Amino acid sequence: MKAPAIRFYQTGSFAVGNRLLDPEQRSVQAGEQRTNSITCGHRACQGCGEALGARYALDAAMRATNGQMIAANATGCLEVFSTPYPESSWRIPWIHSLFANAPSVSTGIAAALRAKGREDVRVVGQGGDGGTVDIGMACLSGMFERNDDVLYICYDNEAYMNTGVQRSGSTPPAARTATTQAVGPEPGNVFGQGKSAPLIAMAHEIPYVATATVAELRDLEAKVQSAMEVHGARYLHVFVPCPLGWGSASKDTIKIARLAKESGIFPVFEARDGEVTEVSKIRRQVPVEDYLRPQTRFAHLFAPEVRTDVIARIQAGADRNIRRFGLLGSGADKEGAVLVGTCADQRTGTCAGPGQATCGLASKAEDHEAGR
Amino acid sequence: MPRQLEGSRAVAEAVALCRPEVICAYPISPQTHIVENLSRLVKSGELAPCEFVNVESEFAAMSASIGASATGARAYTATASQGLLYMTEALYNASGLGLPIVMTVANRAIGAPINIWNDHSDSMSQRDSGWIQLYAETNQEALDLHIQAFRLAEELSTPVMVCMDGFILTHAVERVEMPTQEQVDAFLPPFQPRQLLDPDEPITIGAMVGPEAFMEVKYLAHAKQMQALELIPEIAADFKDAFGRDSGGLIRSYRVEDAETIVLALGSVLGTIKDTIDELREGGMKVGAVGITSFRPFPLGAVRAALGHAQRVLVLEKALAVGIGGIVSANVRMALAGIQLHGYTVIAGLGGRPITKASLHRLFTDAAADRLEPLTFLDMDWDVVNRELQRMRSSRASGPHAENILRDVGPVAAGPV
Repeated sequence: MKAPAIRFYQTGSFAVGNRLLDPEQRSVQAGEQRTNSITCGHRACQGCGEALGARYALDAAMRATNGQMIAANATGCLEVFSTPYPESSWRIPWIHSLFANAPSVSTGIAAALRAKGREDVRVVGQGGDGGTVDIGMACLSGMFERNDDVLYICYDNEAYMNTGVQRSGSTPPAARTATTQAVGPEPGNVFGQGKSAPLIAMAHEIPYVATATVAELRDLEAKVQSAMEVHGARYLHVFVPCPLGWGSASKDTIKIARLAKESGIFPVFEARDGEVTEVSKIRRQVPVEDYLRPQTRFAHLFAPEVRTDVIARIQAGADRNIRRFGLLGSGADKEGAVLVGTCADQRTGTCAGPGQATCGLASKAEDHEAGR
Repeated sequence: MPRQLEGSRAVAEAVALCRPEVICAYPISPQTHIVENLSRLVKSGELAPCEFVNVESEFAAMSASIGASATGARAYTATASQGLLYMTEALYNASGLGLPIVMTVANRAIGAPINIWNDHSDSMSQRDSGWIQLYAETNQEALDLHIQAFRLAEELSTPVMVCMDGFILTHAVERVEMPTQEQVDAFLPPFQPRQLLDPDEPITIGAMVGPEAFMEVKYLAHAKQMQALELIPEIAADFKDAFGRDSGGLIRSYRVEDAETIVLALGSVLGTIKDTIDELREGGMKVGAVGITSFRPFPLGAVRAALGHAQRVLVLEKALAVGIGGIVSANVRMALAGIQLHGYTVIAGLGGRPITKASLHRLFTDAAADRLEPLTFLDMDWDVVNRELQRMRSSRASGPHAENILRDVGPVAAGPV
């Protein structure tokens, strides 16, 4: 299933704009029937991308499975902030076992359901990037190659946030973490390391692999829906900014996720059986500098002097993504897009203008003008 | 009707009779034949409904068993040695969550040096993992214990490890009585989970627990094992009623009534010990044996009752607690608190070294005469050890121990083992 080509220009979250849409076009979160799989009162930080991503993904999965779903969770922020008992935020059957084994626990759940003839009940495994691309990779790869009937969702915030922001195999080059500190001649994480879990997943030729960001939540929901329409091993990699670890403002989580996509830093695509089948085009390309600047994990690239050399290397990485995935070119903007008015806040007279919290691309004043 | 079966096959067939719904398999010697046999039974449709999952590691095997068990499926896996250590983190998790998984451990040494032969280093290393540990003396007992293990695990909602000596039992073809499906069905009711991942009644399993409740949750695993001290003999008695065989229980005594010297051990070596005792008894030596079937929970009371009247106790162990000596001995000493008797720890059979009747003859005779060191290493080649110790003294770069010692020992076939 593809997200309806609806272009919102007025907010970062898209959720607000639902009131401008026909009911059938609205997001899962806009519906009264949403499950609140992870409900309010959890202890995530303000602006947590992972909490947002998990909420949208799981509620979409609950809708797709008609509420017949079990989730397994790796150790990590999502597990810790959601379960200090008796304050569990989970309104779905949910199990946490260990850091590295969420894919295998999911395999076991799926096997049990198959043995019991309950294949109507679906399984979602989830974890952060540490639990997925590092310590959980063996279990994940095993689950993939066996094509077990599991959707595994990685919420990628690019470091071990729960333990205090240490480098993971998903940490980008030059980023400052507690174990790649901004000291020495080459401050931050080194270049030439790290891995792409989505590409690794694709190498297993599993039926469905997709990436998404919390800037495009309707796209995330649609991808969860698509994933649930097929059986076998499926992988969804969600880019979730972490204000604490990235040193970004809590209000900028969605904006930063969007800049990651619009700069080519994070390619958003869909792949089936090992082949890329859909790419979310960059709507208006921005230099990586726009993405890097609002994050103090990259502050050493801008002060005391601007490290144009390092920024150029990061730009080269983004350019490679753009070439490799074909992220530029005829954007879907023109094809059957439903353009939804101007800034909703302008309509209602509450728009605070560029820089306002809910404006995804608020740094660009022109985005506040009529839908482009 | 009795059948001649390899131990692994006997266990596989017994496990199949218990109708497991999810079996996770990862190959490691000497356990592999068990899951190979189960794989055939599932693939052929003889064991159904059952999902046989070829996982990518023992860690995944236990993890998938955790997921399956929490979803209400009867879950089984088997491992040995390094595999057991590789799943250690998940072992503690399964017991902490209180999931009644049953697992065979085909006991094998732990490296380095790498060694595939039998001793008890693997399961002994997991004695505090929260799993019940039952040790089989024979193949018949191994298969019987598996049937009892599922009932024990599910009644208590706690995981059970059935330990059987690698190769000595797993690969030995012996006469066994295989129960019928009807018998096992009557003995082992369907799995009724205490906790269940169910979309109709969503619950959270595996929440973060802070200092305010952690000790209490942990204590429950201990409480269950204390309950098992009562339940294990009850299940063994029920088993005897149903199947007509004495299998399981906490401990098993052999000719201890008037024994001045009692040998305590676990597993298949008890057979050799009993044969040796019979021969020594003919010579007038008052010697008996106690076999421990349930090592976790450790039956302090039963051991105390069985050993308390003896003059000396010799604990024969197939594992070494480096830095102190005996593991089982330490537990036995707790059982004998306040009782004055000679206690000997004998480390024997590490890495598959045969424990022969001839060696046991000498050992028990020396023990009866109180000529043993408190910590004795049976059939240790001290020349080889001393040569390596000398090399270490003479050079800081004396090289790797195993390879040096192998050079000294020479080809395996060159001398007596």
